[in-house]
Amino acid sequence: MSVLVDRTTKVICQGITGSQGTLHTEQALAYGTRMVGGVTPGKGGTKHLGLPVFDTVSEAAASTGATASVIYVPARFCYDSILESVDAGIELIVCITEGIPTLDMLRVKHHLEGSRTRLVGPNCPGVITPGECKIGIMPGEIHLPGKIGVVSRSGTLTYEAVKQTTDAGLGQTTCVGIGGDPLPGTHFIDVLRLFQEDPATAAIVMVGEIGGSAEEEAAEFIASYVTKPVVAYIAGVTAPKGKRMGHAGAIIAGGKGTAEEKFAALREAGAHTVNNLAEIGDVLRDLNL
Amino acid sequence: MNLHEYQSKQLFADYGLPVSRGHVAHSADEAIAGARALAGESWVVKVQVHAGGRGKAGGVELVGSEADLRAFAERWLGNRIHTVQTAADGQPVTTLYVEELTAIDTELYLGVVIDRATARVVVMASAEGGVEIETVAAETPDKIFRETIDPSIGAQAYQGRRLAFQLGMSGAQIGQFTELFLNLCRLFYELDCSLVEINPLVITKAGDIHCLDAKINVDSNALFRHPELAELHDPSQEDEREAQAAEFDLNYVALDGNIGCMVNGAGLAMGTMDLVKLRGGMPANFLDVGGGVTVESVSQAFKIILADPEVRAVLINIFGGIVSCADIADGIVRAVQEVGVEVPVIVRFDGNNAAAGSAKLAASGLNIITADSLPEAAEKAVAASNAGAAA
Repeated sequence: MSVLVDRTTKVICQGITGSQGTLHTEQALAYGTRMVGGVTPGKGGTKHLGLPVFDTVSEAAASTGATASVIYVPARFCYDSILESVDAGIELIVCITEGIPTLDMLRVKHHLEGSRTRLVGPNCPGVITPGECKIGIMPGEIHLPGKIGVVSRSGTLTYEAVKQTTDAGLGQTTCVGIGGDPLPGTHFIDVLRLFQEDPATAAIVMVGEIGGSAEEEAAEFIASYVTKPVVAYIAGVTAPKGKRMGHAGAIIAGGKGTAEEKFAALREAGAHTVNNLAEIGDVLRDLNL
Repeated sequence: MNLHEYQSKQLFADYGLPVSRGHVAHSADEAIAGARALAGESWVVKVQVHAGGRGKAGGVELVGSEADLRAFAERWLGNRIHTVQTAADGQPVTTLYVEELTAIDTELYLGVVIDRATARVVVMASAEGGVEIETVAAETPDKIFRETIDPSIGAQAYQGRRLAFQLGMSGAQIGQFTELFLNLCRLFYELDCSLVEINPLVITKAGDIHCLDAKINVDSNALFRHPELAELHDPSQEDEREAQAAEFDLNYVALDGNIGCMVNGAGLAMGTMDLVKLRGGMPANFLDVGGGVTVESVSQAFKIILADPEVRAVLINIFGGIVSCADIADGIVRAVQEVGVEVPVIVRFDGNNAAAGSAKLAASGLNIITADSLPEAAEKAVAASNAGAAA
C-alpha cells in the first residue's frame, strides 16, 4: 500500500517538451512510472519521448485516462496550468516549479477549496511510491519500497532523510515533498492523515523548517489524531531572524516561526524530535518497527 | 523586495491614499530646495533606508530652519545608520525625504499581510500606533482588529467601516478610513505585495486620516509583471555579498561564525549549519548553490564565501540528486585551483556518483579533506576551524 500514487497511476506532464519536462519525463519512464502523455499548447498531435503530446489538459486526460499531472512550466504560467488541470478533473497535480507569485497561489488555493483535486507543491521535489511511481525530480535510486511515510518541506533534505530510512533497511511507503513556498497546495496535516490511514505505513518521518506555523498545526494534529510514531526534524536552528533562507517560506518573521518553537510543539505532541539530521535513521531503528 | 518610504508614498498617492507632500534629496542643497518648494517654516526630514527604527537612531528629525536641515543632511548623507533592525554596520544613507509637517492627534496602526495558515489576505488595525506591532500582538492581542479578505469578492466597504468603528473613529473619519481601506487592499493585490504597513496611520489635529509612514514589500516572484516596480530596486540597501550571490542564482546569507558552508538545497543547507553548531562550531553563512550546480556556480560560491575574512574552513555538503557528484568534484577542483583557496576544504558527497566524486577529489592532490558522512564532515570542519583560529 501507499498514498497518493501507485503502479496504476497514469501521469501526464505539462511542459513535456521543455528541457525540465523532457529530462524528468525520461527519468520517470526509466523508473517505471506510467507516463501516458504530455501537454504543450501548439504541439498537439506530435510525439515526444514516444508519448502523445496534446494541446490541452482536457484532451490529454480524456484520451489517456490520466488522473495525475506533473507541472514543469515556467513560474509565470503555472497559475494557468494548475487551473487548467483542475478544470480537466485531474485528481493529483504535482507542481515542481519554483518562484510562483504568492497571490497566484492564494487564488489557486481558493479555487481548489471544494474541488476534488489535490495539489502538491509548488517548489517541491514531488511524490514517489518506491518501485511503483515517481512523479518529480527526486533521484529514484535512493528509495526502497518499505514502511516509512516521509513528508517534507525541503528537497535535498528529504533525500537525506529518505536515504537514512533506506540504509536502515526500513524503506518507504510514499515520500511527499510539500514544498518550501509560503502557500503550499498540500500541508503536513493532509499527508499525516493519509499516512495514518494507510495500513502499510508503520511510522512517519516529518521534515520541517523555519517559517510559518505548519509544523505547529501538524503538532496539534499529531496529538489528537496520529497514533503511529512520528520522527520529526526541523531545519534552521541557526537561521537569523528576518532573513529568507533560500525557500520563499523559510523566514522567521516578527519573531515567529523559529525552529525552537516548532521542536517544542512537536515534542509536546509526542513526536520523536531529532536535532541532528544524521540521526533520523537511528531513531527509526530504535523504534523496532 | 523592499521599497523605500518615499517610493511607497508615491504609490500610495497613485492609489489615492492621503500622504504628506514631500521631496526626495540626495544632497543638502536638494534638501533645502525641496523644503523651499514645500513652503512653511519647519519640515520633517527622514533618512531613506530599508530598516525600521530610524527615529530612535536619529534618522528622523523635525527641523525648524534651513541651517538645521543642512546639518542633518551633512550628518547623514554618505554615512551609515545603525538601528535595531539593521546589522551592526548599519545601512548606507544616500537619500533623504523632506516632508511638510503634520499636526498629529492620534497614532494608529494599519497593516496588510498574507496569512499563511488560512491562505488569505488579512488587514490588521490597532489603536496602538507608532509601536512595534509584534509587541502588541504578543502582549495584548485583543487590541489588534482583523479583517479577512475573501479572494472571490475582494475587500468590502463594510469591513472598512467595521475597523473604523473598532478604532474609535467617528463622523467623516469613517468614510475617509473606509475609502483608504479599500484603496489599500486594491494596491496590495494589484502591485503583488507581500506586506504593506502604515505605522503610524494618524488622525490629524484637524480630524483627518493620514498616512504618516509607508512600508511596502513587493513579492519578488511577481516582478515579471511589474517592470515599473522592478526599477525601484535599490541594491545599495542589500548586503554586498548577498547581492553578488543573487546575480549567480546563489542564495547567500552572511552569519557571524567562521565555517563557510556550501550546500545544494535550502533545507539541507540549514540542516548542515545546524549540525555544525551542534558539533561546537559556528557557520559563517548560509549558501544554497541550487539544484543545477555548475563549475561556474561552485567557483562563484567559493569567491563569495572566502570574501568573508573570518572564514577558517569551508564545508561542502552535496547530496547528488539529478546532479552528479563527479561533476561537482570537477567544479570544486577547478574552483580551488582558480580561486586559490588557502583554508581547509572539507567535502561530503552522497547520492548520485558520490564515490566517484570523492575519488576525483582525493586524486587531485589538493588540500581537500573528504568525509564519508555528514557528522564526520561537520566534525572535521569544526576541528579545522579551531586549528585555523588558533594559528
